[in-house]
Amino acid sequence: MEFRSYLIRRLFLLIPVLFGVTILIFGLLQLFPPYQRAMLYVTDPRQLSNIDEIIELYGLNAPVWQQYFTWLGQVFQGNLGWSKVVGMSVTDAIINFLPATLELAIFATPIIIMGGIWLGTKAAAHKDGLIDHTTRAGAIVGWSLPTFWFGLVLMMIFYGYFRGLLPPERLSTAMSVLVNSASFTRYTHLNFIDGILNWEWRVVFDALRHLVLPVVTLSVVNIAFIMRLMRSSMLESLGRGYVLTARAKGLPEKQVINKHARRNAMIPVLTVSGYLFAAIVNGVVITESIFNYKGLGWWAWRTAVQLDVSSILGFALFSGILFVLTNLVVDLLYAKFDPRVRLGGGVK
Amino acid sequence: MKNLRFLLFHFKKNPLSIIGLVIIVIFALIAALAPVIAPTPEGQFNPYMIPRDGYGSTPQPPSDTHIFGTTQGQYDIFYGVIWGTRTAFQVGLVVIGAVLVIGIILGSIAGYFGGIVDEIIMRITDIFLAFPPLILAMAVTIALGASIESIIIAITVVTWPSYARVIRGDILAIREEDYIEASRGVGASHLRIIIKHVLPNSIYPIFIMASLDIGAVVLTAAALSFLGLGVPEGYADWGQMINFARNWIVGTPTNTFAYWHAITIPGLFIFFFVMGWNLLGDSLRDILDPRLARR
Repeated sequence: MEFRSYLIRRLFLLIPVLFGVTILIFGLLQLFPPYQRAMLYVTDPRQLSNIDEIIELYGLNAPVWQQYFTWLGQVFQGNLGWSKVVGMSVTDAIINFLPATLELAIFATPIIIMGGIWLGTKAAAHKDGLIDHTTRAGAIVGWSLPTFWFGLVLMMIFYGYFRGLLPPERLSTAMSVLVNSASFTRYTHLNFIDGILNWEWRVVFDALRHLVLPVVTLSVVNIAFIMRLMRSSMLESLGRGYVLTARAKGLPEKQVINKHARRNAMIPVLTVSGYLFAAIVNGVVITESIFNYKGLGWWAWRTAVQLDVSSILGFALFSGILFVLTNLVVDLLYAKFDPRVRLGGGVK
Repeated sequence: MKNLRFLLFHFKKNPLSIIGLVIIVIFALIAALAPVIAPTPEGQFNPYMIPRDGYGSTPQPPSDTHIFGTTQGQYDIFYGVIWGTRTAFQVGLVVIGAVLVIGIILGSIAGYFGGIVDEIIMRITDIFLAFPPLILAMAVTIALGASIESIIIAITVVTWPSYARVIRGDILAIREEDYIEASRGVGASHLRIIIKHVLPNSIYPIFIMASLDIGAVVLTAAALSFLGLGVPEGYADWGQMINFARNWIVGTPTNTFAYWHAITIPGLFIFFFVMGWNLLGDSLRDILDPRLARR
């Protein structure tokens, strides 16, 4: 019962934040001249020749608050405007580019979380030992690496020096022809999964080959982050009474660390998963732009460079709402599974 | 003062933080001496614009006239990275200064007064924190147009809310202390209590944390200019120099690393700059976090 009222309260609190998000986006929009703002209302390429008509129709010279509600109405109908860089509506562009980014995230996220937890546990279990110092140095290096530079250096080696071993983009030309042919059914638009479902191992292999460098680039910085967090949380957990008890009753050290200490130490990692989500979205933009990997991040980058206002603001709105919802789910999970969280006061 | 001595004591015990400090001091010297190390050519109006040697696109290898070689567009890499150090410090210091001022003002108002004021300020920070930072920074940068100021404003916009929240939290904890109650009892004004009693007791760790964030700020700024947003073309900025080099990762048929210098040199400058701050930060964070310091 208590959880349900917490859920309702949280959903209720979501409304002002989401409104605030739209107001912030709309505020940014006001910094652009009307003919650029008009792109947010276009639904069809034929309208592009009549920008003045659109400015007139949606009252882009009217008072700001009026414009805000006109715009919000459009957003609620799912109309985020026209993305001139890719020649489709912003909503279509998001749907179109999402699978590529999902594919990247599906591989990178488990590597980041599991790798970070594993390394962090090792470092804490061998505090001040060789593993601890090595991972600490590795974390500092990983944390200081400019992602975009690291990706380019990787490509210089694995694409340049090894003559195209691990190429950029999503698929080789031959494979993208195959994927787009009539005999190939695109169930999910995730090349890797579609390849398996179509029993086309060449596609699977090619997709994986193109994913290695982006996944590594995206993971390195974030693994360093999770690892450091896990290490300090694990150290705290190892100093607790229940670990002492477990040791005192003669459990093997491995069991003490993996069962008693680690499970409790993983809670802070869960609480930063919202942050991790943001870090991955940030990383996706940079990674996809380096490897010319045509997903949401690549699209956001191309549209930002070419001042495609409707696309970049549409993407910001989309990722903002997604981020708010992710945080909500994380908090709810946290409240559901950690009995120590007091729901009433909202204090964590 | 006692805190400071405690800090120095631990600091001296940790070789990594000393390496970090040395790296930062070297960069500070490079920035200060930029006009001596890489003199601006005669007749050039703005020293932050990298001089070019011709207009060809292919990067040229290091030579006597260009000791780090040139990058795409014949921009001199040596000049670019040296003056880029100044740009990095400028962006880092201005952003951190700005978020501290905004964070302290809004955070202490929210934490000290509480109630509806607190609620409003915190909901505003929620809205700013509702975006992945780089995405919001990209949108702000293009809205403001290409200049180093746009980058500074954009990063400030995405960074201040977390500072405001941290400062608010610290002040909430201090507000209930007896000595605050006592000064309220003898009739001190709100402003006097905040400035004389609340801030000095909460601000010192925040200043240190903030200064260590300079590395992260510079990394974000470099990412923005790498993406081709923010600084005008030819501005001495590490991120942009890597952007210039991105088309040259594949060398010539005979030499696969023919253009290594164009990518590697500016990248190493960013890497060491950020690492300097992180090395310093890594040990300071341990010292400042009393829960960990005891272990």
